Amino acid sequence: MTTLDPADTSSNDAGDDLVAEARRTPATKATRTIGILTAVAMAFTLLWAFVFTGPDVNQGESVRLMLIHLPTIWVAYLSFTVTALASGTYLFTKKHSLGWDRLAGASAEVGVIFVGLTLIVGALWGRLTWGVFWQWDARLTTTALLFVTYIGYLAVRRLDGSHHQRAKRSGVIGLIAVLLIPLVHWSVRIWRSLHQEATILDTDLDADIDGILLTGVLVGVIAFSLLYVWLVLHRTRVMAMEDLLDDRGLDLALAERRAEAGTAARPTGEDA
Amino acid sequence: MLRTAWLIARKDLRGEVRSRGVTNQVLPFAGVTMIIFGFALDANTDVLELVAPGLVWLATMFSLLLLVQRTFDVESADGALDAMRVAGGDARASFLGMAIGRAVQRFVPESLLLLAAVVLYAETIPLDGAVLLVTTLISATCGLTAVGTLYGGLAAGSKGRETLLPLLTLPAVAPVLIGATRAVESALGTGTATSSDGWQWVGLLTVFAVAFGVGGALAFGPLIDE
Repeated sequence: MTTLDPADTSSNDAGDDLVAEARRTPATKATRTIGILTAVAMAFTLLWAFVFTGPDVNQGESVRLMLIHLPTIWVAYLSFTVTALASGTYLFTKKHSLGWDRLAGASAEVGVIFVGLTLIVGALWGRLTWGVFWQWDARLTTTALLFVTYIGYLAVRRLDGSHHQRAKRSGVIGLIAVLLIPLVHWSVRIWRSLHQEATILDTDLDADIDGILLTGVLVGVIAFSLLYVWLVLHRTRVMAMEDLLDDRGLDLALAERRAEAGTAARPTGEDA
Repeated sequence: MLRTAWLIARKDLRGEVRSRGVTNQVLPFAGVTMIIFGFALDANTDVLELVAPGLVWLATMFSLLLLVQRTFDVESADGALDAMRVAGGDARASFLGMAIGRAVQRFVPESLLLLAAVVLYAETIPLDGAVLLVTTLISATCGLTAVGTLYGGLAAGSKGRETLLPLLTLPAVAPVLIGATRAVESALGTGTATSSDGWQWVGLLTVFAVAFGVGGALAFGPLIDE
């Protein structure tokens, strides 16, 4: 999963190596490339939102918010599905690799941010279109439920205990919580809510949306998906570093102190 | 497995009878909650009669948290969970036993909460709704205790469990709150609800209870095996 898995470095006790390892950044050539692609795709999304997309007959200018609202909930669904898959892989494979647990955790963190964004943008859209920020509507309520459920998941990850305890506890929650996604998605049909039915991911696969807007939403989906990949890659590596620090924090601190002491004691050219 | 589950359920119930935790803590808490709801809604009998089913299940959920917290605190303090692991018992049986024990303990406060709704909120229970009411009570209680036992076991003995347990449990039991409230509304004939509407909700409650019962039994082993 990652090159910074503590298990991979267990045999290396050299202080200098540890210090060097801890000072590595989570960026690689691949993440930099994805970062640049994300920035370009985001620029295209903004261009589509403010230049190509015109005001809607019913929704007016607020229709532009759809270019954020739809991609963010898509990324949130993707995030939580990845969390469930990674959790399942950790729990049901013999190796129990912590890399999968970190992927699950990183994906859930990003997912929570994106659900939060969906709720905020949806509330702004609701104020402009419905006249209120919030309605006790099935889609809104189940989305809020999804949000708090994954906040609970993140709280479980913060419980004290070993990395494997964390992985087991959160893995179970990750597998249970993902069952909410179909409920959120089909809540508009089950409860005939105020929120419109699925616009793009409909069962008849016939997107009920204007062509320009649909293209803009798809550009947004690509942009936000790239952002998701970029964030998850970075966060997974940072988590690996945090775990490494937890496991070998004392060794690292001692090595750093020794390195500092060695630098201070070494005679400089002027002294000689 | 069933024998082990039965032994664990009996142990929990015996412990409850001796400690009287439900009588001394959970019941007074549930009663106070029902009275406080009355204050919050300005003791308006018309409104209280309309919202009584929801208030009964809200009080039930809050008192469930208290019950789960208390029972797992006792088990953590006595090292009972560790002892069960050392004894080599089946984790699925432990889960089922604990869930059954807690479900039986829940029936007393839930019945009294319904009684409180009749007395305090002027509710009436029609004869044809009684069967639906009892079935709702059983199916909802099984679902609630399955979730409570799973998440209670997860949070047991950890720092911050007091806040973690509601954070995990309340969103998970939201479908039970909705389903049980609608079913009780149908049983009591609140508003325009009819008795036949309620059985669909009982179906949902049963599916929920079975899903969390089976899922919880399978997940409990990895959770406590640390």
